[in-house]
Parts: sequence; C-alpha cells; structure tokens
Amino acid sequence: MIRITRKVEFSASHIYHNPAFSAEENRRIFGKCNNPHGHGHNYTLEVTIAGEPDPNTGMVLDLKELKEILQKEIVDRMDHRHLNYEVPELAGKIPTCENVALVIWNLLKPHITTGKLDRVRLYESADLYADVTGGGQA
Amino acid sequence: MRVSLTRRYKFAASHRLHAASLSEEENRRVYGKCNNPYGHGHNYEVLVTLTGPVDPATGMIANLGELDPFVEKQVVEVFDHKNLNEEIPEFRDKVPTTENLCAEVFRRLKNFESATLERVRIEETSKNSFEMTMEPSAKAWA
Repeated sequence: MIRITRKVEFSASHIYHNPAFSAEENRRIFGKCNNPHGHGHNYTLEVTIAGEPDPNTGMVLDLKELKEILQKEIVDRMDHRHLNYEVPELAGKIPTCENVALVIWNLLKPHITTGKLDRVRLYESADLYADVTGGGQA
Repeated sequence: MRVSLTRRYKFAASHRLHAASLSEEENRRVYGKCNNPYGHGHNYEVLVTLTGPVDPATGMIANLGELDPFVEKQVVEVFDHKNLNEEIPEFRDKVPTTENLCAEVFRRLKNFESATLERVRIEETSKNSFEMTMEPSAKAWA
C-alpha cells in the first residue's frame, strides 16, 4: 500500500467558549483562548490517502483531484472565516484542533472515492497538531 | 475514527556517548565523534502525542493548560541546559543515546492523568529522530 499526502493552508479565527460554563469557568478552562474577541491561526492541513497505484497511471489518486477537493470542501469553507460563526459544521462545538480535524475528516470522507482517507493532520501552529485516523494504529 | 493530539517542546542539552563496558578504542569506533571526551550538545525537540476521547464540553483530548506545565516540570526543566551524563541520575550508568533519552522521557510522561500517552518522538537534529510508542512490548520496560 502507498500513502500520498497533500498539504494546504488556511487562516481562520476562533474562540473557545462553552455557554454551559460560567464566565469564570470558561476563563479557567480555556485561558486566553477564551478572549471574547477571538483570535486566529494559520492552519496547515495534511491529508493522506492510502491505496494501490493504478497500473495505467501509476497514481493512487490524481493529486490534482485531491487539490480540488481540498480547495472546495475545506479552504473555500474555512479560509479567512470565523470558525465558530461561519462554519455550520462547527456550530455548537468548541473549535479546538481536535474538533476542527474531526469536522475536516467528515467533510472529506464522502469525496474520497479513489483510495482511502487514511489520515487528516491539522497543525494549528508549528508546535501543535491533531491527527484523525480511520482506526487502529495512528 | 481515532483522534490524537501532538505538542512540540524543546530543550537544549549536552551529552557524550561512552560505554564503560567498552575499551577506549571500541568507544571511539562505535560512537565516533559522539565519543569526544568533552561532549557536545543538541537542540532537542520532543513531540508528545496523546490519545483519548474528545471531551464534548471542552472539545479537547487534553487541556494544554494542564499538559504544558506537566511536560515543563517532568521534562523541560529537568533536561534543559543540562549535561545528560553528569546531571541526570538515570544516565549515570546508561549511555544517553537518544533512544535511551526517548525511553526516559516516555517514562517521565506516561503518568499524565487526563489522556493516554501514545508516543514520544525526539528529534535530536533535523536529520535524526527517535520514537517510542505505547505497545505491549514497550509496556514492560517503560
């Protein structure tokens, strides 16, 4: 099996706030991520597809096709947006790296029809990332 | 579906690779310039990977407000700007290769309470990296 990975970047803002918590609890649990005016990151997304190369093309999946899926499903939806208010899939969720990666997995999954979605890795910064995998070993 | 969270930490330390059980010549042959008697240093980067359920109330596997101080105390403060051979008791009689360092960092972090430690990856330089994962075979000596 071969794994291929494509990288895209987007920038977005967010705030961590759970209305079920008091203002004080929100500040304690989420720290500066609870700043009421929100803040932003340059996200880097790496999407890995696993499969066997097609004998005719030598490709697991045409990277151009993957690039178009990532642009349409993720970048167009999230780039220069406020994740809490402008991305319906995240409504009611705390847009942590974990949750944004999970939403990205769910958005991409139905569109990967050649090969298999193997891993979504979302970097919130160079020092923090979340991985979503299909199960088994990460 | 499975989610994990990875956080990168950094520390700088010196070490010398030298095994007391080997002769001077064997040490030089096995460890090369890493056996230089005065030691040398690296900027180590430690990637800590945690797994566990994402808490619906916080959206988190682990709160970085808890993880960061834990790793700072257990690892960064212990190793940063130290001589691993001379100042870390675990390396008094053990060669501080990055394999051994990886196992030591894993041991120091495995009791983090809010999530399961899945992997410790140490990048000794941008070209060398070492990983230890929680597998049945590793559990016995972690």
